[in-house]
Amino acid sequence: MPIELKCHRGIGPAVTGPALVADDNFSARYDLDRIKGTFSRPAHKLFGQSYVGKILVLVTAKGGVASAWMLREMAARGMAPKAIVFDRANTILAQGAAFAEMTMVDRFEAGDPTRLIQNGDELRIEPELGLVTILNRG
Amino acid sequence: MQLTDEERGMLAGEHGRARQWALRHQIEVGEFFDAPDFVPVGQAHVMADTESLGEEGVRWLESLAALPPGERRVRVPTITDPRGVDFDTYKRLGQTDAMAQIEARAISAFESLGVLMTNTCINYQTILPPVRGEHLAMGDTGVVIYSNSVMGACSNFEGGPSALAAGLTGRTPRYGYHLDRHRAGTKHFHVTQEVRDLADWGALGGIVGRATNSYWEVPVIAGIDRSPNSDELKHFGAALASFGSVALFHMPGVTPEAPTLDAAFQGRPVPAAQIIGAAELQEFYAIYAAKGDKVDVVVFGAPQLSLLEVERLAGLLDGRQVHSATTLIVTTSPEIKFAADRMGLTRRIEDAGGIVAAGICFYQSYAREMAEANGWQRLVTNSAKLVNIIGGYGYKPTLAGTEHCVDCAVSGRIV
Repeated sequence: MPIELKCHRGIGPAVTGPALVADDNFSARYDLDRIKGTFSRPAHKLFGQSYVGKILVLVTAKGGVASAWMLREMAARGMAPKAIVFDRANTILAQGAAFAEMTMVDRFEAGDPTRLIQNGDELRIEPELGLVTILNRG
Repeated sequence: MQLTDEERGMLAGEHGRARQWALRHQIEVGEFFDAPDFVPVGQAHVMADTESLGEEGVRWLESLAALPPGERRVRVPTITDPRGVDFDTYKRLGQTDAMAQIEARAISAFESLGVLMTNTCINYQTILPPVRGEHLAMGDTGVVIYSNSVMGACSNFEGGPSALAAGLTGRTPRYGYHLDRHRAGTKHFHVTQEVRDLADWGALGGIVGRATNSYWEVPVIAGIDRSPNSDELKHFGAALASFGSVALFHMPGVTPEAPTLDAAFQGRPVPAAQIIGAAELQEFYAIYAAKGDKVDVVVFGAPQLSLLEVERLAGLLDGRQVHSATTLIVTTSPEIKFAADRMGLTRRIEDAGGIVAAGICFYQSYAREMAEANGWQRLVTNSAKLVNIIGGYGYKPTLAGTEHCVDCAVSGRIV
């Protein structure tokens, strides 16, 4: 049986994809080279890695109101993550996900998802149900 | 969410397509955060520089602007955060005509929506200060934390689309800092060191922000030995919001919801304090120290400067000259720039070799492209918020006190 993780009801469509996990936070303005599609802030734990098409699993969102516009702009160029999973989202990223029609979930019953999900796990996210399934483990 | 008849009408499209989109967007966000209903707002403040909007965002704004006037105009006063380009200075900063053109398109679209182009992140100092208990939809994390903490108003971080939605509907979902129960202190800090320069206030905000690190935590900062002024709290709050995603703090004896330490925690048990002293502040500066390095650009901004900050800088630069290999940039709001022009402050700064830009705030102004066009790498600033952000744009930032920044600009090296 795949591992099922219950979370709060989320935003956006159901998606499947590979997880890119870090015990770190997220801001589209501060952390990313949005042209190259990589994490560009040297202090970020995913520095240098591509996020395009990945399901990002991170702890929380940081300051940076701009992220609300940026997710949609990144999605329009095909240079966006497929979804973002947070332990706890902040308002900006939730608003940005709603605007970009990007999948986002947070608040897991079993705790911090960066400890529950491993890098490279294949995930199925169903925001309406508040459910994340780890397809490759169980 | 519980909706009024008017809100149901907006959702059904009876108030036009823009308001229908706006309310639908707000419901999606409100349900994510378990908002029970909507709350009317007095102002909305939209962060929408073209670097973050991109072509996609500008086209989207233009699609709203093409609607009939009755459908597209905002219902409550809606103002803007700094923009990507100042048309008077963009060429001197190495920005391009293409950047100016997309900026002009965004401005034209916003004006069609009835948005006031204030282009400022210090609207609480220059436009209409928030009032205690007033519900607002503020963009710019620095504006939100100042409005909530120093003025006692109620706002969440509202990203550009959400703030514009609030302007169109005149309301916002009631969640987060619109609810009293989220406004109690949750973490306790005690400052044992005197905090002097604006950079020290930013460093303190950065230290508390790193240790707090959540939108949903409310730090309480005790031990401050005097009432800070508006610029000091501006730098403290902006750094706290930037480093920690924090939207509300209390400072017992200073901020309105914290007449006492107990009141800051709404009568709940006061947790043990984390001490912040001279060593912690020194460690914070040390992260960014680069003594002896060549200085490419010195930036005063993030947040934009008040008139008093501009006046102080003019005084520090009188009789001196910025090094020929270094660029010194001051960013302020259009209103303050007008005042600075009128009072001769702009001339004094520019006579010393500086550039005074209006309506931008550096990091929202194509910082990466400016670095590439000008060969900039080492950046010195008195803004802790800026040192936190600008590393992601390929700069090597150094935090320094205001006078120290000017000394670096004049010598061309970090002294």
